[in-house]
Amino acid sequence: MPANPYWSLAMSIREFLIDDHRHCDDFFAAAEQAVERSDAAGAATAFGQFRAALLRHFAAEEQTLFPAFEARTGMRMGPTQMMRIEHEQMRGLVEVADEALTSGDLEEFLGQAESLLIMMQQHNMKEENVLYPMCDQQLAGEPAVLERLQSELA
Amino acid sequence: MLSFDQVPPLAAPLRFFVTAPLFIALAGLLAVIDGPAILASRWTPAALAATHLLTVGFMAQVMLGALLQMLPVVVGVVVPRPRLTAALIHIPLTLGALALAAAFLNGNPIWFQGALGLLGLGFGAALIAVHLALWRAPVVSGTVIALRCALGALMVTVGLGLSLGGFFGWGFTLPVVVVTHLHTAWGLVGWTTLLVAGVAYQVVPMFQITPPYPSAFVRGFAPLMAVLLAAWSALAFGGWEMAARLTGAVLALGVALFAVTTLRLLTQRRRKIGDPTLACWRTSMASLLTGALLWLLTPWSQTLARAPQVEWLLGILPIFGFAVAVINGMLYKIVPFLAWFHLQAQLLGRAKVPTMKQLLPDAAIRRQFWVYLAALLLLLAAAVHPPVFTYPAALALGGTGVWLGVNLMGVWWIYRRVLQDGLAVAPVTDNEVMRG
Repeated sequence: MPANPYWSLAMSIREFLIDDHRHCDDFFAAAEQAVERSDAAGAATAFGQFRAALLRHFAAEEQTLFPAFEARTGMRMGPTQMMRIEHEQMRGLVEVADEALTSGDLEEFLGQAESLLIMMQQHNMKEENVLYPMCDQQLAGEPAVLERLQSELA
Repeated sequence: MLSFDQVPPLAAPLRFFVTAPLFIALAGLLAVIDGPAILASRWTPAALAATHLLTVGFMAQVMLGALLQMLPVVVGVVVPRPRLTAALIHIPLTLGALALAAAFLNGNPIWFQGALGLLGLGFGAALIAVHLALWRAPVVSGTVIALRCALGALMVTVGLGLSLGGFFGWGFTLPVVVVTHLHTAWGLVGWTTLLVAGVAYQVVPMFQITPPYPSAFVRGFAPLMAVLLAAWSALAFGGWEMAARLTGAVLALGVALFAVTTLRLLTQRRRKIGDPTLACWRTSMASLLTGALLWLLTPWSQTLARAPQVEWLLGILPIFGFAVAVINGMLYKIVPFLAWFHLQAQLLGRAKVPTMKQLLPDAAIRRQFWVYLAALLLLLAAAVHPPVFTYPAALALGGTGVWLGVNLMGVWWIYRRVLQDGLAVAPVTDNEVMRG
């Protein structure tokens, strides 16, 4: 699919937030890799970076993107509500994985990380395939939303 | 699918996944009973029965079950009445695959008629359910395009298959050899390859953390292949041999391009930790590439075109090498994840839920994969030299099927035990019991 579905030169919301997803993925992969090398300190650093990046991404969506989409479409109980529930589930899973890492149970961490990755990527698929394109469509006349997201996730 | 209330109950997809491996085992059993004779020609009754045990009993079954499960995530559409829909597809497909194998073996028109009815029913229900979902997709992504093309190809495959069944069951007059070639091509190149491609666009970059597929490829590959396949069919049916041959070559190159693109992305994966399902993807794509190149060369070389072994290699590589490997790998992600997810949702805060790796350890996956790989290599060897390799290949085929089934059933057993123990700890409401 084209990076920008509307053939304009400006970046789309979808494009920008996909980049941020990939940014989180990189920290996640680094944490897993450090654990596999039994590098506890490296794992703690990378997982801390992952956790911070992920929570910031959730917050930007919940405080900026979703309210703008809801105000524009009037859909309050639709896709954004589902995304909020999933954010909550993932916050819980990140904490569980974090506890495993802090207690030094690396085996347990890798097991938790596996399901966290799948949860996270299924969530990302829904956002990238469905919600973000809808946001780009609905919020085409509101460039301020993207600017705000960019400053929040800078 | 992650909000629990919108998730189909675990039994809906799982019924496809636990019965499918039995069909690999049955194909192995059939090859053991028939011995090297099964490889005398791809047209022997036993060969046709074994092929359909793999393609209908295993491949179509898992592909449709997984598709129903994935549609809400990838396309954003929920399939209505998941439990009923799953049963309406699963039961006739399972019985239909068995009846079709039996029909090939005993040659009795009554069996073909029964198999046709059952398979028509099962595939019909699946096509309706998935089509409805795909046409309501709110956003048309590259994956949606590929899935629509794959579904169209499945419709053609089933249509051609039913008319071939009509030939055996009711004595329809039709050019059996050409129709069989078309049936095979639409099933393997159209339905299977395009479905795997549509799913790969999503799962390869996301679960292996690789760069995305090139965007032009994602949008263009499936429609182009579907159009080429249609052109090739018309030319082959009309007897324009040279034009059909050239179109076929372009199709083979297209398939090879998909395999190469995927293999290249897998070398760029940023998720560096060991993942036993990665070997499944690599084997699958290497088989697809080899099969495509062989298909590309065969029409231009008299030696290859005349060798009966080549026909077999052209069946084994795409069916057992490409499709079975990638499905095997996907099952190892889907089944433990779903079991974990359902446990998590039902037992949250009441009991500790085992992780995916506790539900199905990497070591168990690796061991089964080695048997799979042995089966693939032995089958390829048996195609070239049946007297020596048929029995070892048949045993390995049966073994990998049984082992896959045991691994997946193991997840289900742990799921049941943990759920019962967990629910026994605290009082349960009716609502929660029903969701289990």
